[in-house]
Amino acid sequence: MAELLLSGVTKRFGATVAVEELDLRVGNGEFLVLLGPTGAGKTTTLRLVAGLEKPDAGTVRLAGRDVTRDPPAARDTAFVFQQYSLYPHLTVYDNLAFPLRSPARREPEDRVRTRVDEIARLLHIEDKLGNRATQLSGGQMQRVAIGRALVRRPAIYLMDEPLSSLDAKLRAELRVELKRLQRQLGTTILYVTHDQTEAMTMATHIGVLDQGRMVQIGSPREIYADPVNAYVAARLGSPAINFLPRSLCPDVVAPTETATIGVRTEHVRIRKSVNGGAVGRVKWIEHLGDQNHLHVMIADTEVVTLCDRNAGLAVGDAVDVDLTAPLFFAAGGERLRLC
Amino acid sequence: MAEIRVENLHKSFGAFAAVRDSTFSVPDGDFFCLLGPSGCGKTTTLRMIAGLELPTSGRILLGSEDVTFKRASQRDIAFVFQLFALYPHMNVRTNIAYPLRSQGMLRDEVSRRVDEAARILRITHLLDRSVSGLSSGDRQRVALGRAIVREPMAFLLDEPLGALDAEFRDVMCGELRALHDRLKATTVYVTHDQLEAMAMADTIALMNHGMVEQLGTPQDIYDRPASLFVADFIGSPPMSFLPFRGRVAPGDRTVRLDGVDIALPELREGTQDTELVLGVRPEHIELSGDAHLRAEIIDAEYMGTTQIVTLNTAAGASVKARIAADISVTPGGQTGLTFRPELLSLFERASGRALRTALHDRGARG
Repeated sequence: MAELLLSGVTKRFGATVAVEELDLRVGNGEFLVLLGPTGAGKTTTLRLVAGLEKPDAGTVRLAGRDVTRDPPAARDTAFVFQQYSLYPHLTVYDNLAFPLRSPARREPEDRVRTRVDEIARLLHIEDKLGNRATQLSGGQMQRVAIGRALVRRPAIYLMDEPLSSLDAKLRAELRVELKRLQRQLGTTILYVTHDQTEAMTMATHIGVLDQGRMVQIGSPREIYADPVNAYVAARLGSPAINFLPRSLCPDVVAPTETATIGVRTEHVRIRKSVNGGAVGRVKWIEHLGDQNHLHVMIADTEVVTLCDRNAGLAVGDAVDVDLTAPLFFAAGGERLRLC
Repeated sequence: MAEIRVENLHKSFGAFAAVRDSTFSVPDGDFFCLLGPSGCGKTTTLRMIAGLELPTSGRILLGSEDVTFKRASQRDIAFVFQLFALYPHMNVRTNIAYPLRSQGMLRDEVSRRVDEAARILRITHLLDRSVSGLSSGDRQRVALGRAIVREPMAFLLDEPLGALDAEFRDVMCGELRALHDRLKATTVYVTHDQLEAMAMADTIALMNHGMVEQLGTPQDIYDRPASLFVADFIGSPPMSFLPFRGRVAPGDRTVRLDGVDIALPELREGTQDTELVLGVRPEHIELSGDAHLRAEIIDAEYMGTTQIVTLNTAAGASVKARIAADISVTPGGQTGLTFRPELLSLFERASGRALRTALHDRGARG
């Protein structure tokens, strides 16, 4: 039913190019997450799809129809904003029912009730339907805001960092719920975030944006394991990927133009040096409860990896460092491969 | 710089006891986090230390001085609020200088201190800008600058990162801890976010219903939660709980759960036949096809290095395991669970209290 297709979309604000020649396809039933830092063009892309912005060039097609010049109301989309925008004087029930009661739709009241009850159950807020919106906790309010989009059945849901105003525990809960909802309902979602955990755990596909351009698009595993450049590699992974100057690793077989070698924490083996030929020294060990971050200095470069609490390493220890699956990058950041 | 002591502190608002009989001390130079859910009394405690609320009973000592009933302005402490309380019509420099000017400090000294604070916070290039055009991270740096210039005996911070985006929160966490390492000022920091507390604190006081439920280093609280509440509040995802009925005695090294013997740290106390709860952290669980404790795989969340697998045991307990991302798991399939014995916790269900085991022998040190 619902496929979204952007072709060559460009949007400028004065001299700033917010989105540049963007091609993007979101297939029916896909959960596509646009990932990037502030200013990458994520939200602008979402607003272009919603019709809240008009592109300077390119087309937006939704469910086979060119909607580039259509006003927002004529597009079959539902938008969830970062800040829950509920009607404070209405009950949860009336907030959820609001989009279905708009003059443009005029659903019969028994259909409205069926739909609202169904969505409230999915979001575990069925016992709050009689409450005023202002009597809810932050997490409940955001669930109502998401529910207000879900009561409709648009071609595509557009979500702009809907979890970022919540605390860590609620974010983790709602991540799982959103993913479950999407799978159960088979909906198509275009979702914007700068949080790599949200992208990794929920997306069927991730699109990584950099300064208004799409750098790479693929499944979370593809993007994580096989990044096209250093920028993409640095966006995913916690602790972040380590970049070492080529000169620090003379023993590693690498393509000739390699300037930097990238290694993720699971691809670094660190052992206490026994024969004196050590390459690094333990700078400090950060205890975060579930994870211990080991900071090792190799010449002037700091490498951060996860370490087992029983690794037997202490600050000042000389260590050997082995890289098991290094990634190679040229001076400009592009990925190089061994032939 | 100074130690802060709180003795038998109690605060009631009408019939509601916001803080109940709290006693703790913040060592000189400590980064001390008051952590807990909303309504637990952490902000009320901080406001009493600041002098913004008066206690119903109890004492507060700053250094060796009893400040319980002193005015906020007479306590040598600086308070940073969640919402950046800046003067919108003043520029960054005037905002930071304000507390010194209002004390009547000499112009040269004010200027020296403002420059120093700006350098520490890396906002020197913003000093002549208007605060209204700043990003939220920079505004919070200015608010911190206004606290630093006073060179107070202690800093009190009330969820200073609460209004920032998650992305900025991580960056500011690192900056705040680095700042503390340079200034070595006694700091009391209020937050509901356990990740912030774990990342920054020397000491955490975890509060619940107006009382300090556990006090210790982050690692100590993580490894040896004193109660089910603590175990559930700390960790992302938190500890998983497997309830069972049984009776344990001092010296026991296993418990029997769903018909399977599970090894755990040697018990130092026993119970009658009662409802017990075994607690296990996500990273201490392994999936192994032939293990006796059976579970159904519900879901796997891919995180890059690791994945978080949600499982249901045969007895219906929900368990979350953090395992390497390259291990293949199939939702809907069956598997067995094994636990790393040396870090398991055992709780009495009715009281929620952790039973003492060999894990507690080493005291409060890791």
